[in-house]
Amino acid sequence: MAEITEIRWHGRGGQGAVTAAKILAQAAMEKGFHIQAFPEYGAERRGAPVKSFTRISKDPITIHSPIHNPSAVAVLDATLLDAVDVTEGLPEDGILVVNTVDNPADVRKKLNLKGRKVFTVDATQISIDCLGKPIPNTPMIGAVMRAAGTLPLEEVISGFKHKFSAKFQKEVIEGNIKAIKRAYEEVKTE
Amino acid sequence: MAKTLGLTGNEAVAYAIMQINPDVMAAYPITPQTALVQKFADFLADGDVDTEMILVESEHSAMSATVGASAAGARAMTATAANGLALMWEIVYIAASNRLPIVMPVINRALSAPINILCDHSDTMGCRDTGWIQIYSENAQEAYENTIQAVRIAEHPDVLLPAMVTQDGFIISHGMEDVTILEKEQVQKFVGEYKPHYPLLDPEHPVSYGPIDFHDFYFEHKKPQVDAMENAKQVILDVGREFSKLSGREYGFFDAYRMEDAEIVAIMMSSTAGTTRPVVDELRRQGIKAGLLKLRVFRPFPAEEIVAALQGKKAVAILDRAISFGAQGGALFSEVCSALYNAGQRIPVINFLYGLGGRPAEIENIQEVYQKLQRIVQTGKVDNLINYLNLRE
Amino acid sequence: MSQIRELGYKDLPLGGKILDAGNSENYETGGWRTYVPVHDAEKCTNCLLCWIFCPDGAIFVKDGKWAGFDLKHCKGCGICAEQCPPKVKAITMVKEEK
Ligand code: SF4
Ligand code: SF4
Repeated sequence: MAEITEIRWHGRGGQGAVTAAKILAQAAMEKGFHIQAFPEYGAERRGAPVKSFTRISKDPITIHSPIHNPSAVAVLDATLLDAVDVTEGLPEDGILVVNTVDNPADVRKKLNLKGRKVFTVDATQISIDCLGKPIPNTPMIGAVMRAAGTLPLEEVISGFKHKFSAKFQKEVIEGNIKAIKRAYEEVKTE
Repeated sequence: MAKTLGLTGNEAVAYAIMQINPDVMAAYPITPQTALVQKFADFLADGDVDTEMILVESEHSAMSATVGASAAGARAMTATAANGLALMWEIVYIAASNRLPIVMPVINRALSAPINILCDHSDTMGCRDTGWIQIYSENAQEAYENTIQAVRIAEHPDVLLPAMVTQDGFIISHGMEDVTILEKEQVQKFVGEYKPHYPLLDPEHPVSYGPIDFHDFYFEHKKPQVDAMENAKQVILDVGREFSKLSGREYGFFDAYRMEDAEIVAIMMSSTAGTTRPVVDELRRQGIKAGLLKLRVFRPFPAEEIVAALQGKKAVAILDRAISFGAQGGALFSEVCSALYNAGQRIPVINFLYGLGGRPAEIENIQEVYQKLQRIVQTGKVDNLINYLNLRE
Repeated sequence: MSQIRELGYKDLPLGGKILDAGNSENYETGGWRTYVPVHDAEKCTNCLLCWIFCPDGAIFVKDGKWAGFDLKHCKGCGICAEQCPPKVKAITMVKEEK
């Protein structure tokens, strides 16, 4: 089977987990990759735990089954660490990126986690600073990209611009780009 | 020049409809179709189309308005899913019987009850005998391209039948993929100008639609519908060939994937075929001669062509994403079996019912299908004709 | 009318469309009658209620005045006689001798 990078996003309904999955896919697509981004299908409620997924591959992606063993997991809301098993199916060398004020070591201890690589970033604070609102999804894209090393920062930013330039005002775009950059720089590793 | 965009299946088809720029679009929202019409409404608001959009109070009205518009002489479209299609049913049949070349994307979704918004094929399989052409799409790219081709197929003077173009609910409709989009001018040129067949709004040649038609005529009006379906076969191939010059992708009745020397074959439609491709590749690497026949056109059913493609195969599994309650397996299974029987082919076949109400079709499930086929080849025996994939016992 | 009855499925208009609109005139429903309406011009006030209500358009009107029954299409339903005002009663239904 073709080499496919698979990323799972955990969030709560309304936090933009699906949008994050799509922006990342858009960025990868512009870099010439084949992509998929999709939500976990089900009834959606604001605040309920939700999942979304991104697939990235050099070759066309034909597979349409769910992702069970992602190479990276991004958690948009630290309260989910208590609510769902965010590391489910994440392999030994998998990457876990969590939006939290805590350090990676704290997260590892909390989850009693062995193996994997843990990253943390305070994406909520970054989004409050840059966007005036606690919408952590865009900064989390920056953090995931840094952690996974799949795409350079510029690609992510241009992907974001293309996906949203028609939809949002310039200030909103600029704010989001600032947030992505900050998270890219501030993400902490073990 | 063609460009690649990140689009969901819904968005891709909305793009197709925008580029077709139909005269009339009447629709009522239903998950998972809602986002399609919403995206089309965006195009309308942005002035990308000059379509007359009719917002109606139900799907029954949506199809009625589409039928009225089409009879009046407009290139008319609508879109729906599941229970919406079920509510349309009466008029779905009328559209075909009036020989109106309406194109309707259907986002495949399970029918209630219990309530379920996820994918299976119960909705379109339920109206497989209404006289509509049915084209099933594997991914967003195909959904886009099938929609454009459907216009030409439906409107062809030898056909004049409505066509539904399906895609799997949520799996395709809500999944973003890289989709290559043609230029609007290319699509406009491809679909051409619509020349309606005896439109109502032609005062020079007044006509009546839908008169009373009893035992003395009704039967004679049904047979030409049968013939039109038969004619559609050639048209589908011709249109597919012409379209492939634009897109570079081949479009026939089905996609025969690694079929040439295959011994064990799975037949299915839509997104699951995509999941099956890497499974076939893996089996091939192990030296197992596996093949996939992904059916694109279910109506008209390409019986002869399927029989020819299955010639000499050792065992065949047919996957149905809808149950025909009380029947001998799923509808696709029945069709393939009767085609083989009438051609005098006695290939061992098994049926798998799968994916109901959004139950995922996992790689392991597909592997299980091919394992069963291998066992049949080894033992020469079919133990279980009708099987249920990924069902808890 | 009689020729179209002979046509096979290959020669009929698609979808049962009627291409020569207005051909219902060729369908003579006058043969269905048991009772035939008879008009009394002396009593008639030309109110034209009968003309409005006749379901088959089988009443002729000329220059705003009652002008006769179209017996090729009158089915003898008696609606005209029923509608003619009680004080006028200018139409009576009479058993038709064939
Ligand atoms: S309804 Fe009676 S009175 Fe009036 S026009 Fe007819 S026949 Fe004459
Ligand atoms: S009897 Fe009936 S059909 Fe005949 S003229 Fe009177 S209303 Fe018309």
